[in-house]
Amino acid sequence: MSFSTFKGGIHLSGYKEGTQGLAIVEAQVPRIVYLPVSQHIGAPCAPLVQVGDEVKKGQKIAEGKGFVTAPIHASVSGKVIAIENRPHPGGNFVNCIVIENDFKETWADTVKPNPHPEELTPEEIRKIIFEAGIVGMGGATFPAHVKLAPVEGKKADYIILNGVECEPYITADHRLMVEKPERVIAGLTYILKSTGCEKGIIAIEENKPDAVILFKRLLAQNKRIRVQVLKEKYPQGSEKHLIYACTNREVPVGGLPLDAGVIVHNVGTAAAIADAVELGIPLIQRVLTLSGDCIKNPANFLVRLGTLFSDLIAESGGYTGEVEKIIAGGLMMGKTVFTADVPVIKGSSGIVVLKKTAAKKEKEYNCVRCGKCVDACPLFLEPTTLVKLAKRNLWQEAEKNNALSCIECGSCVYVCPARIPLVQYIRRAKQAIAVMKAKAKSDGGKK
Amino acid sequence: MNTQENLLIVSSSPHLHSANKVSTAMRDVCIALLPALVGAVYFFGMAAATVILTCVITALLSEVIAPKIMHREVTISDGSAVVTGLLLAFCLPSTIPLWIAAIGSAVAIIIGKQFFGGLGCNIFNPALIGRAFLVASWPVAMTTWVTPLDGVTTATPLGIIKEGLSEQLPSLGQLFMGNVAGCLGETSALALIVGGLYLLYKGHIDWRIPFSYLGTVFVVTAVVGADPLFHLLSGGLMLGAFFMATDWVTTPITKKGRLLFGVGCGLLTVLIRLMGGYPEGVCYSILLMNLATPLIDRYTKARVFGGVKKHA
Repeated sequence: MSFSTFKGGIHLSGYKEGTQGLAIVEAQVPRIVYLPVSQHIGAPCAPLVQVGDEVKKGQKIAEGKGFVTAPIHASVSGKVIAIENRPHPGGNFVNCIVIENDFKETWADTVKPNPHPEELTPEEIRKIIFEAGIVGMGGATFPAHVKLAPVEGKKADYIILNGVECEPYITADHRLMVEKPERVIAGLTYILKSTGCEKGIIAIEENKPDAVILFKRLLAQNKRIRVQVLKEKYPQGSEKHLIYACTNREVPVGGLPLDAGVIVHNVGTAAAIADAVELGIPLIQRVLTLSGDCIKNPANFLVRLGTLFSDLIAESGGYTGEVEKIIAGGLMMGKTVFTADVPVIKGSSGIVVLKKTAAKKEKEYNCVRCGKCVDACPLFLEPTTLVKLAKRNLWQEAEKNNALSCIECGSCVYVCPARIPLVQYIRRAKQAIAVMKAKAKSDGGKK
Repeated sequence: MNTQENLLIVSSSPHLHSANKVSTAMRDVCIALLPALVGAVYFFGMAAATVILTCVITALLSEVIAPKIMHREVTISDGSAVVTGLLLAFCLPSTIPLWIAAIGSAVAIIIGKQFFGGLGCNIFNPALIGRAFLVASWPVAMTTWVTPLDGVTTATPLGIIKEGLSEQLPSLGQLFMGNVAGCLGETSALALIVGGLYLLYKGHIDWRIPFSYLGTVFVVTAVVGADPLFHLLSGGLMLGAFFMATDWVTTPITKKGRLLFGVGCGLLTVLIRLMGGYPEGVCYSILLMNLATPLIDRYTKARVFGGVKKHA
């Protein structure tokens, strides 16, 4: 049987065997949590607390201005002992609110269950989602309420829940779908209500048959929500390719999913939305996979935000050898961190630790024009052409060749026999184009 | 906090690569050429073996010496020089004096590849540059053919047709097995097809080029009333279609472009064979299409995902 998918892409080894069968375990709540004020796409939040303040679990401790932002909540009860710059899984240093846990687990007054969630209006649901600080939990960390807000002249025909999880090693969403499917479905129901959309799709890759069977059974009587099984291919979880596989629609270049009549949320985001709407609990914990060939006991953890990677690594028995890289996220799109002392944030879907290997770093050859990157690119770009333009600083040409469409999925680098870090060059081109455009805009403004 | 010494390696994503490298691909091409190599030695004996060895050794030496003189990095480890040496040897007659073979091989590597900047920068298939150079320089040595196994001087099947000779044309079965006069590695269609299928299976070459090349030759020869099977199995067509026209560096990177490239090669090959001065046209047709590759790439760019659909 063949399942729907997209054109291009690559076939990867999943490396999921180690954790896909392991039930989610609650990670130890640490003595100290480190909560960065930037855990979403958008301007960083400003702290609402000061050093020395007592905070309760679920209490809002930082918030931002404007619309595209998401407040931060204390993930433990205790005392703020510092507000300082600390390493962030994004690779930079970010202001962190450091809370010493009193282990009393006292909830904030604002956290209370909603007795009649089914009576909430769309506006009220969006307000709750915003106040709960929910962001895209697949890793994009785009504030969830923004995607749900009505846009003049555009209507969503489908809400798609992304349960693809195409990154190797990561099984957090898989476990969540298998263990808490009713939370995912509840979350989708609230999303549907908040947007006035009629149809929901839960999209799952074929490599998670247990989740597929479970959702099909639970949704047998449900006329609004269906399960869409997708072929196992990378990057099937990319928003644009998910939409194409489920609806045969293409998101226009430079457009948003809503331009194709679709809104996409991660299954984890949906479950968090259900918790916020029904129980009043803001986003203070998440499921993540800790795996990789250097981890003694890989696991799927339910972990409080602000827990350090190093705490989790210690809890799972430590390393099995010398560490080469620790990757926040998956092998294909994750970012390496320079220290294990970075906190889990809202978008941390996984931590992959790789062992140092004897193999030397392979050198970059000339492009041999094999065209494998062209075949692999799911955006139908010519990665090698973009690299050649980037090497010569020809940014306008790069823009004409649609450099900005690159989603940095890494498929081209994976297949490249000359070991060219194509994504790195294309990223540089994208940044340079952005600078060029900003400059053109400001110059135009002056005239 | 970790101390300075404990900082971990940071690198750009992705953190996973396929095992496929330039050197593994070149190794697989060599493996794919083995059946034809065995066929060459079987049909043309030790003479073939010495020509092959000469070409490969000269290619390797040139691959080391040329970049040294040009103060560039030596990239012999990518294995492409072995492939060039083998391919050039395969399109030489077994009777070729070894010094001529050596010159051809050196020209292929030095002029055909290193002068352009090394592997990836050459615009022509290096082995074919070597062959074209030899055909122009020593036309007699390059066209002295012997029958397989017994080594009697004779003409190639395509030569028989071109010159209108009275000699008996070989059967299709002989052509398929390779029991005919010709370049030492080109005669056995069977051995080359086996190797080509191996490369297709390994994913190193795109089916579009051999398919469109062979298909075009078949259709065009059938339309003009020549024997299409005879034309498919004779001359250097199989070697060209599976191993030369599929060269990564000198062929288009787009799928549509590869189809066009194959069609172009096919048309030019038939044109040269039926109407040109030479009996065989594979070498020149591929070289000419190499020249057209940048143009083909430019006009066969794919529509970006989410861009305007042409037929929507």
